[in-house]
Order: sequence, then C-alpha cells, then structure tokens
Amino acid sequence: METIRIKDKEQKNAAKEAEKTIQPGATITGSQAVMEALIAEGVATIFGYPGGAIMPIYDALYDYTNRLEHILVRHEQGGIHAAQGFARTSGEVGVAFATSGPGATNLVTGLADAQIDSTPLVCITGQVFAHLLGTDAFQETDVINVTMPVTKWNYQVTDASEIPNTLAKAFYIARSGRPGPVLVDITKNAQIQQFEYPGYQRCHHVRSYRPKPIIRKEYITEAAKLINEAQKPFVIFGQGVILGQAENEFKTFIEKGNLPAAWTIMGESALPSDHPLGVGMLGMHGNYGPNVLTNECDVLIAVGMRFDDRVTGRLDKYAKQAKVIHLDIDPAEVDKNVKTTVPVWGDCKETLPLLTALIEKKDRAAWLQVFAAYAAEEDKECIQPEMHPKGDVMSMAEVMAALNELTNGDAVIVTDVGQHQMVACRYAKFTKSRSNVTSGGLGTMGFGLPAAIGAKYGAPDRTVVAIIGDGGFQMTLQELGTIMQFGAAVKILILNNEFLGMVRQWQQLFHDKRYSFVNITSPDFVMLAKSYGIEGQSIDQRAALKAALKTMLDHDGAYLLEVKVGKENNVFPMVPQGSSVAEIRLK
Amino acid sequence: MKQQYTITVYAEDQIGLLARITIIFSRRKINIDSLNTSSSEIPGIHRFNIVIDETEEVVKKLCKQIEKQVEVLKAYYNLNDEIIWQELALYKVPTSQVTEKMVVERVLREYGARVVSINSDYTVFECTGHREETDRLVKLFEEYGLIEFVRGGRVAIIKSSEGFHKKIKEFEAREPGEEVVENEYLSEQDKVFSM
Repeated sequence: METIRIKDKEQKNAAKEAEKTIQPGATITGSQAVMEALIAEGVATIFGYPGGAIMPIYDALYDYTNRLEHILVRHEQGGIHAAQGFARTSGEVGVAFATSGPGATNLVTGLADAQIDSTPLVCITGQVFAHLLGTDAFQETDVINVTMPVTKWNYQVTDASEIPNTLAKAFYIARSGRPGPVLVDITKNAQIQQFEYPGYQRCHHVRSYRPKPIIRKEYITEAAKLINEAQKPFVIFGQGVILGQAENEFKTFIEKGNLPAAWTIMGESALPSDHPLGVGMLGMHGNYGPNVLTNECDVLIAVGMRFDDRVTGRLDKYAKQAKVIHLDIDPAEVDKNVKTTVPVWGDCKETLPLLTALIEKKDRAAWLQVFAAYAAEEDKECIQPEMHPKGDVMSMAEVMAALNELTNGDAVIVTDVGQHQMVACRYAKFTKSRSNVTSGGLGTMGFGLPAAIGAKYGAPDRTVVAIIGDGGFQMTLQELGTIMQFGAAVKILILNNEFLGMVRQWQQLFHDKRYSFVNITSPDFVMLAKSYGIEGQSIDQRAALKAALKTMLDHDGAYLLEVKVGKENNVFPMVPQGSSVAEIRLK
Repeated sequence: MKQQYTITVYAEDQIGLLARITIIFSRRKINIDSLNTSSSEIPGIHRFNIVIDETEEVVKKLCKQIEKQVEVLKAYYNLNDEIIWQELALYKVPTSQVTEKMVVERVLREYGARVVSINSDYTVFECTGHREETDRLVKLFEEYGLIEFVRGGRVAIIKSSEGFHKKIKEFEAREPGEEVVENEYLSEQDKVFSM
C-alpha cells in the first residue's frame, strides 16, 4: 500500500522554486498552460479523477507531480467536496479535476453546495473535441449549461490560446467579492493544441464585474447612530466574517459596543466559543436566547449573513419590532429576505472598523443578563438532560462534550448533514476561525467524509474530526479508499443511531410517527475501515467513550470510531417549520 | 401590485449569457413576456430588453440577481411611462382578400401600417407601435383571413437615460481596464439631452 503523507509545506515550496516556469514565447500545449496557470496561482493540491476527455491534462500533470500534489479520489463528488473542505480550512481556492460527461455531472452537487455556501473553487473539466460538440459524442454533456445555475461563472475553452487568460479570470472571480465556484470546461483539442505561450498574468479586473460595492459613509453614520441609540442591540453574524478575514475587526466591534452576538451555522468559529459576548447559535436548532431575543431586540445588526429560512423561521414574524442593519458584500442579499433599515454594502473587513470608530462604549449588562437568563433556562431544560442522559444509552451531545474536553476546541470539526450536524454545531467548542466545516446552505448528505479529507490538506497541522451519521457516511464511504492511498489523517467519528435521524424526528413530530423509510441498516463500519487499512473501533458503553476518543485522536493516521447512540433522540431546541423564532420549543 | 416592467440590461457580448439571465426568471417561475437582444451604442456591449408582469419588489430583486452575473454591467427597470418603446409586427394576409375586400388605404392611414411585400398569393403588412396598436391590427386582419402573425421583442429607450457611456466610464474610473471606445455625441450631452 502506497502511503504518501501530506508533505511539509516548506519542503514543497523549496521544490517549487527549484523548478523553472515556462518562459513566454515557448511553444507549449494547452494542457501545459493549465499546469503553469495552477502553479502561478499558488495551487499546490488538486483533487481529481481522470478520464478520456481530460487525459492530455493528466498527461501534462505527470511532469508536474513534484510541484502539484494530485489526490486521486474515488468519485468526482468526493473530489469536489474535498476541494471545498480544502478551501474552507485554508482560505485558498480549492481545485478539482474531472473528465467530461459523467465526470462533470458528478460535480454538480458540490458546485451547488459551494455556490450556496460561497466557497471559492476552480473546477476544470475535460470536454470532447470541439468539432464533436453538440453531436451527442461519447461522454459529451453540455456541462456549461448544466452547471450554469450552480456556478458563479463558467466558461468553455475551445482554443489553447484562451487558457491562460481564462484560468486567470477563473481564479480571480472564484476568490474575489463573494467567493464562489467557477467551472472551466476545456475541449480535448485545446488541451492537445500547441501554441505560443504568452506567459501568465494574474487577473485583477473584469470590466463588467464589481466584486466589492462602494462603501457609503452616510450609511455607516446612520448605522452607528442606530446602534448608539439602541437599548437592546443584537448582532447576528455569518460566514462573511470568515470569508472577509474580518474576525479581529468583528471582535473589536462587538467588544467596543458590548454587543451580544450570535452566529449562524456558517459563521460558527469566527468568534471563539467562550467569548463572553458570544450568545450562541441562531436558527432552527440554535440556542434559545438568540432565537427568542431576535424578536425582542430593538436594533438587529446582521454581519455577512443572508437570512436563510432556517435562521429566520417564519419571515413575516421575524424581527418585525427591530430596525435592521445589514452588512454584506453582495448587494443582492440586502432586502432579499428581510427588509433592511440601513444597508451597509461592502467588505466587512473594511466596513466594520468604520462602524467601530463611530459607536460608543456602552454598558449593556442588563441586556446581556437577559441572554444569560435564557441560556440558564436552556441549560436546565435542554442541555443538561442531553449531556447527562438517564439510562445507559449515550447521547450525541455527551460525545461532543467528551470530544471538546480532549481537543480543547482546537480541532477542525467537519460534519455531514442531519441530527449529528446540529448537535455538533450546538455543542462543539472552537478556539480558532475556519474550524467548522459543514454543508450549511445545501445540506448535502455525504459531504462530511470527502470534505474532511480536503480539510486536512487545507490545514495539515490541525486535528480534523469528521462527525458523520450512519446515513451520510454510506453516501460517500468510497472515499475511505482515498484515505487509504494518500494517508490523510482524518478522525472519523460516526454517530450511529440506526436511523436517518433528522427525517425520523420530523416524522415523529409532524407526521404522526409514521416512520417512512428512515430505518437504515449499516455495514460493520470497523471491518469496513479495516478493509481499507484504517484502524477503528465501535463502542456502545459510556464508560469506554473517553478512552475511545483519546485512542482515535492519539492514533498516528486516520481512524474510525463508531459510537452507538440513542436511536430515537431528538434535537432540541427546535423552531418548527412555519413558526416564528420566538416560538422555539425546548422539548 | 403587478405591473408591466421593462428591464434593460447592459452586458458583455458573451455566449451563454442570455441563458444565465433567463434562468434567473425561470427559477422563480416568472414568465418572460418579451425579450430582445441587440447591440448598444457602445461596441462590444450588448443590451437586453426584458418585459415582465410583476411587482416592483420582485423586479428589484431580479435586477440585483441579474447584476450579480459576472458579465452584466447594469440592469435597470422601468414602468411603461418611463420609457419610449416600440414593438414591430408582421401580418400575412391573402392578396385576394386584400384586393377584393379590404380598404387598404384605411388600414395604412388609420393603423399606421406599411406594406412590405405583395405577390399574387399573399401580402405582408408591417406595423410598429405599442402592444394595443399591433393587437388592433390582428383583429382587423382576422376578418380578411390572416394567415400568419409575428411580433418582435420590445425595444425600449429609457427617457431619463443619458446613455450608458457615462456609467461605463464610472466603472472604469474605479477599476481601470481596457479603453472604452468614444461616442462622439456624448461629449455634447447638453445639446443631445433636452428632455
């Protein structure tokens, strides 16, 4: 078994410098131009899968393997989710390769996921020869039109001379403004074609594209006035803080104004979990206080978030009493779901300091106390019973609590989708930003395992724990093969409740316990892991929990731990669909 | 309240952009009433006119989503009284009916129609105007055995617009890129725009 450890970054950089880039004026193939573009953009890791229409690119890659690390995934969906995980932990653009036809269509779920969660990606797909376009050729799919609604931008290259500029534009668009996935489809003739290389120039401008709206100072002033006059201001923040690398600016802002702040699932980890002004998570399974008090605050300050329906609950009963300040880089988000009193367009890295300068220091002890009171009630009614369940069967929450203790909140937590995701996001502790990798907007089951592989490449020095349900794991478990071959030291924690738990919970609460196809059987996960050369164990006893988690974390390399948890546990609190956030249920 | 809005989009001339724009409507299950694409006063920049029946709130959001597309420079929306607009229609009528029964002079004078082609079998009329004007002729020609009718997409000029040249200069001033080709009339804006 070949085990290539994630290389030391410094070593990689040294190797890079040793190589010479191709000089302008040289005659090269389109495929070589692709490699040169990737290197010029600082790409070091590619997740991909070869096939007929992308073979010339893979042939060129053969000469670049000392500078470009290619991770052969087991399915293109795994490849793109890995690229997403990489982008989320590293902050860099994730890169995925796939061939034409089925290879390209297998990217669609990941593209949709990256689009809705604003993840910067550049996907390169092979395409049939240009003269075969539109002839229903073997493995021909109109990938440009298929991916149009799920990409920030896409483009089909049919001539090699277009490659340098197109890829420069692709990387620029993917990472600038509100980031997103970009797909470049390259026909096989363009990959093979020889052309005179003009050199590579990074793109910094596209005439019709304005990644950052102009900051309007008058709105900053108005927003500051509203905050200064507010008795009960409340900050809610999303991934915009992380994408804008504005964690410090954000912290300074809330600390100066003594503003309570709650995160969306995508914003989690931008603020350390133990920050005194962090009041918890918003949304359907968020914390009690932040949800209820959204409908009691007088000024709601939304930073880099998009008022998803899972956050707002019933929209016509959402924060109607409050004046709303919305900071966002994407003008289309302002007024999209919630009517804004003052829009603050712009990159929050720039707008937050301007706002901080104008807000007054205030003592908001009484208002913060209201949050504390709700937190105490949630703790008593909800959290304590979850953490210390009666009986022998473990709860997901106590697994998370034990994990927190061992990692001290320093680990990257990657989740799949479902009950375990909500519990993980509710209970996980974070000390660093870019530590919570989850499929927030699209809710893609099967995201967890491949995203965790990518997350490890994006943050090779950090512990990466993939928390996955028994259902989601079976959607992309083939990526165990990727771990086997390339050795990403991912800690896989399967919380097995033998159900598609979230759907079962809804069927219990809203469909009269008619459990329709939510009972799911699983293979022996430990034996499965072992067949891939991955160590593991399964536990169902509380007494074994801590030691098992410790073994998993201490193990040199990837490890799979299955924890059997309560079959019919529900995630609470919960804002039932169609209810207002104030109607959140504690049980 | 739903009203008829005309959306004017300025965009780079790029393959596939039309699809990127139309899926913004179809995704929200909004029917496009009329669609026209053409070049604009600035070489390389395309202009779309899209007519829909919607509330202002929806139209506003649609325009923001359109502007979000990388190749789109700007999207405006206007009510009918804010624009000068025309639609062109062609009508094919049997020539026998035209010569024997129709008072052709009346059609030409009252309806502002023109005859584009006459042969022994059929005659093609053309009419340019607002929807009700082109519709009125459909009714009339139906009495004379209308064989074929087609109406083009709406083309519209925004009354208050000074052209797109100034706007694109603003964009370029902020982030300089390629040179924009000059439009000689726009340096004499005061003379041109007296509205």
